[in-house]
Amino acid sequence: MSYIAKSPWVVHYDGSSCNGCDIEVLACLTPMYDVERFGIINTGNPKHADVFLVTGSVNEQNKDVVKQIYEQMPEPKVVVAVGICACSAGIFRECYNIMGGVDTVIPVDVYVPGCAARPEAIIDGVVKGLAVLQEKRDNMVKAVEDESVEPIEEENQDAAEAGEAEEKKEEAEEEGGKQK
Amino acid sequence: MGKKTIIPFGPQHPVLPEPVHLDLVIEDETVLEAIPSIGFIHRGLEKLVETKDYTQMVYVIERICGICSFGHGWGYCAAVEGAMNVEIPKRAEYLRTILHELSRLHSHLLWLGLLADAFGFESLFQHCWRVRETILDILEKTTGGRVIFSICQVGGMRKDIDDKTLKDIVAILNGIKAEIKELTDVFLEDDSVKNRMCGVGVLSKEDAEELCAVGPVARGSGVVQDLRMTNDHGVYGELDFEPMIEEAGDCYARCKVRIREVFQSIELIEKAVDKIPAGDVSVEVKGNVDGEFATRIEQPRGEAFYYAKGADSKFLKRMRVRTPTNMNIPALVKTLQGCDLADVPILVLTIDPCISCTER
Repeated sequence: MSYIAKSPWVVHYDGSSCNGCDIEVLACLTPMYDVERFGIINTGNPKHADVFLVTGSVNEQNKDVVKQIYEQMPEPKVVVAVGICACSAGIFRECYNIMGGVDTVIPVDVYVPGCAARPEAIIDGVVKGLAVLQEKRDNMVKAVEDESVEPIEEENQDAAEAGEAEEKKEEAEEEGGKQK
Repeated sequence: MGKKTIIPFGPQHPVLPEPVHLDLVIEDETVLEAIPSIGFIHRGLEKLVETKDYTQMVYVIERICGICSFGHGWGYCAAVEGAMNVEIPKRAEYLRTILHELSRLHSHLLWLGLLADAFGFESLFQHCWRVRETILDILEKTTGGRVIFSICQVGGMRKDIDDKTLKDIVAILNGIKAEIKELTDVFLEDDSVKNRMCGVGVLSKEDAEELCAVGPVARGSGVVQDLRMTNDHGVYGELDFEPMIEEAGDCYARCKVRIREVFQSIELIEKAVDKIPAGDVSVEVKGNVDGEFATRIEQPRGEAFYYAKGADSKFLKRMRVRTPTNMNIPALVKTLQGCDLADVPILVLTIDPCISCTER
């Protein structure tokens, strides 16, 4: 990706994380890493956001919150799962109150491994997410311009995204394995 | 007089890094009552003792919370060591104390930044976190991790920190003292900051005692309560520890307690580095855990309690943690009664809530 056409805004939600990834997400915004210089802002309002950063895994109590935030975000949107808990529930996988990674509830575009995920890894994940965002935006523009294209059914799109996400998850896990 | 309205606050809210939900019953702009509901990040990790043995459990317990993770690891190890009657080397106790104080430094600086963010002082927030990166660099250099260290193990420490590095740490900390002073002066002297904090959310000494507040919340209300005085854990008895007490009980007092503790932590680290003895940092631990033991640790947020019970096997029978935020929520609910709606974020932050600790 050569440049970013827009300044993406980020909304962050802590699923059931231990705080480790959350403070690293915040560390990305502060002077050491400072992604704000690229116009990336951490907004509290899902309706302003392009990128959804989720840390921690989902449970019965918070799955609706995660879904609601996702549904409130305008299209095109990208979900980045930060940390191993968000990817696959990690060390808490066997806990009775854990349903699994974020992808059990919403489609995930980028998986960032690590416990806790380092700020560099989170930034890299968001940058990868921006490429996905650009692709989605292009597809939307194309769909509008080219009227012969049937609008994609909501369910099909989700299924396609979930399929894509599965591939990327494997990639992320491979990457994680290499790092170890 | 207006009509009573309920405003939901959280779980996803710009000022909250973590999910907690409060139902605020308000009349005009005044909060009459706050009803907390928690459970958004309950994982149930205490139950994992049944599937992970006592050496593996350290890594789970450390992940109770990413901010005070070292203290949790220490508390758990101390509880298991107590149950197994293991005496750890003196050098390991010193190293644990030093790393615990470094954790407190990074936790308090993080909190100061979040507080500045809550009252809308964005640049101060950024500067607090800039200084905090220095502490994280030290932690990364010595333990290998920025937020989760995994350096504590049952029987001592996983690795030593050599004397030269310890001296370097003291030099670095003394180097950033002036920078921290510059930041904390803004919190303590700046009129616009004082306007937001002085006289806001007063918790009287009687209430603090009655509601069992712990840590800086209790100390900000004049309760002399700090586990580091008791020499239950670490080597605080050899470092002439004195607790930081403020009498006023408002947000400003709680902020001042934490600011004074930042400088105190630097002094404690300096004293500990001067006195640290040479020797091993761990003893070999073999066999099964039998018996039970309870211990307490003074975390950055207050008193935390750890209990371990063995059943003559590799797996513990029961593990229990009671965390400081859990004890401070009644005090928070009390101070929220009668405050202005616009002050709610600051009040929530001055107890330094750590929800992932509370719910585990």
